[in-house]
Amino acid sequence: MTSGFRRPRSTARDLERYAALFAERTKVMKSSAMRDLMALTEREDVISLAGGMPDTSTFPPDSYASLMTSVAADSCARALQYGPTEGLAVIKSCIAEVMRSEGMEIDTDEVLVTTGGQQVIDLVCKTLLDPGDVVVTEAPTYPGAVPTFCAYQADVVQITMDHDGMRTDELETTLDELERDGRRPKFIYTVPTFHNPAGVTLALERRRELVRIAGERELLVLEDNPYGLLRYEGSPLATLRALDGGEFVIYASTFSKILSPGVRLGWAAAPPPVLEKMNIGKQGSDLCSSSISQFFVSAYFESGPWEAYVRSLIEIYRRRRDVMLDSLAEHFPREAQWTHPEGGLFIWAMLPEYIDTTDLLARALEERVAFVPGRAAFLDGRGGSSMRLNFSGVTEELIREGIRRLGEVVREQVDLYGTLTGAAPGAPPARAATRGAAVSQPTRQPAGERPAAVAKVVPLPAKRTRAG
Amino acid sequence: MRVAVLKGGRSLERQVSLRSGARVEDALERLGHEVVAIDVGADLVGRLTEERPDLAFVALHGRDGEDGTVQELLEVMGIPYTGSRVSACIRAADKVLAKYAMLDAGVPTPDFFAFNETAFRELGAAQALPAIEERLQFPIVVKPASQGSALGIKFARRPTDIAGALVAAFSYDRKVLLERHIAGRELAVSIIEERGAARALPIVEAVPEQEDFYDFEARYEIGRTRFVCPAELDEGVAAQASETALEVYRLLGCAGFARVDLLLEQPDDSAGANPGKAGRRAGANPGEAGRRAGAEPEAGGLYVLELNPIPGLTETSLLPQAADAAGIGFDELIGRILGAVGAPAA
Repeated sequence: MTSGFRRPRSTARDLERYAALFAERTKVMKSSAMRDLMALTEREDVISLAGGMPDTSTFPPDSYASLMTSVAADSCARALQYGPTEGLAVIKSCIAEVMRSEGMEIDTDEVLVTTGGQQVIDLVCKTLLDPGDVVVTEAPTYPGAVPTFCAYQADVVQITMDHDGMRTDELETTLDELERDGRRPKFIYTVPTFHNPAGVTLALERRRELVRIAGERELLVLEDNPYGLLRYEGSPLATLRALDGGEFVIYASTFSKILSPGVRLGWAAAPPPVLEKMNIGKQGSDLCSSSISQFFVSAYFESGPWEAYVRSLIEIYRRRRDVMLDSLAEHFPREAQWTHPEGGLFIWAMLPEYIDTTDLLARALEERVAFVPGRAAFLDGRGGSSMRLNFSGVTEELIREGIRRLGEVVREQVDLYGTLTGAAPGAPPARAATRGAAVSQPTRQPAGERPAAVAKVVPLPAKRTRAG
Repeated sequence: MRVAVLKGGRSLERQVSLRSGARVEDALERLGHEVVAIDVGADLVGRLTEERPDLAFVALHGRDGEDGTVQELLEVMGIPYTGSRVSACIRAADKVLAKYAMLDAGVPTPDFFAFNETAFRELGAAQALPAIEERLQFPIVVKPASQGSALGIKFARRPTDIAGALVAAFSYDRKVLLERHIAGRELAVSIIEERGAARALPIVEAVPEQEDFYDFEARYEIGRTRFVCPAELDEGVAAQASETALEVYRLLGCAGFARVDLLLEQPDDSAGANPGKAGRRAGANPGEAGRRAGAEPEAGGLYVLELNPIPGLTETSLLPQAADAAGIGFDELIGRILGAVGAPAA
């Protein structure tokens, strides 16, 4: 190594000097313990069910090479150039095609091309939120939206979900309560189809309800639909945007799951006044999304039917989902419940409330398997006993082995808890969560109340006194 | 000198160790040493054999690096290394061993009980929990015996919290301890060696800004905990804290450097929060109290929680802050830690 001059790394005093310059919003950004723990999930020897990654290994390298060659031949100078903020015309027609396949007709003027679907969330927050403004979303919510909401200092209110997605009755009650407090949410953020992380889909009746509520109250809905085309069973449901006609729904989607997350291209379709402000927001963020990527995607759509690759992904993911569901049934204890996703990339598993999945992750890492602790999907401290499991990014064999290892550590903790409380030890495995079962867990146990599982208490050898 | 900086590893404190290691590497280079950075893994012995360093700077935290495992390997390979030797690491990294050593030597440490998982699984230890709860009084701190950071530390506020807290702590270790909660100020005494003698640096006080206790998040996050150095303490108290820390350092047989975490009980807080405490100390259970009499200071006294044989060396870590307050810059600190290698233990 060189022994040239190196500037001393910052000291605690330097950090304090920087800290004095940090914006208020950085103080609510989450991080640290979880981030350090999550860094370990990326170790090579760990079977990671923690990622959210599609499998890009089946995309043919030859196709990639010939697409890039055609971009170079046909559009070299333009591909290397800046593009319009709203996106190139060539890609907007691809977007219209994808949306048509999900039952939506769109005028290309209504589309803003973004740098991944993630940028839509950022731009919507940037456009609509002042610090302290209310955003309503599901409990759990997409973990990747949490830092965005925090960065814009949103006051996030999370609505319980069950097998049919967000409870629209609870949504109305909550909106009423907020109104009584003189607070009107700016928007409702939802992933109605194959929810990340919950793995459930908003039922058609509730979709109609949600659109009605938004219309009546003149609230915007951000419909985030990255997975809609990855359906493994059942029939497609109308999107919120299709139901509302684009009046109060801002629609977000992406090429990440149907082609490649590496192209970093997504889009928003929104009411024109909102889109205009988002466009200005995007100018400030990155001027435009990558022209190279846009030409690449456009060349890809021209080269043949894009649906064929999606169908091949569906086959792969369906098998992986089935393997994960079977493995869960085989290895997880009776006390656990999980969702049965009809599509998408994730299963949400709920463990007994006495298991903290952040601590469980530390134990699981010992066995070289990882998941995302549920707390990452909540802003209100809930989710401590849940976990998100990804089945798209790992082979069937590794899913089987990963769930087996995970099942073992969960069972170990259930048994230990049983030993500690005198409750029955872990019994044979059970099925996926039944219809109507809650996906969100209740908030903390009321003080002084024993949870049901602790009802059987060991006979005490001595009289006990309780403080508090 | 050719110095191997051992960092990373597979401990849960891997990220912190990588940050410590990076700073140490830079400092060593500025001091004119030849640096070999090694992210500790299955190839450690091979790497060391190949690189043939004159000395190893152990910048590992947590399992393997702080518990004597890596030190034992370095002993086998005949490579001198920074910090404490194997036996001191084993004693310090295991909070239960360390606390029993303190107890036996009459150093005040919060009252506690420790169990292996087998005690609960096979010996029915759960039935002893009511007695333990009565003795320690709520809130009770439940923690894994070996975890260096605050991961896995739970505060059980009522009987129903205990089982969950134990399950959480057992996620990190096969041995856990239940400890009496001391409401008070959190003090850290960093120790370095100077001309063969251990010296306590100015005391750092960690003042949590929001949380009601000092958690893992706060420990590494700017703006979550305010560090005051030197801590605003009575001269007598400060001297006593330093002396106690040095006593523990010697007791466990440490070398090179270390950090001792203490609590200064705040009598007013504790009286309100834990009314049972005073009575218990006065002898509610005379036989038991007698066994541990040496470990219970007067109200408002100092308690030693633990000793970290390889404290963090990141920007927000306490040892570099304490050294800084004593006029010892980071490079000089690293130079001194290096210089203490091979020197006789204090």
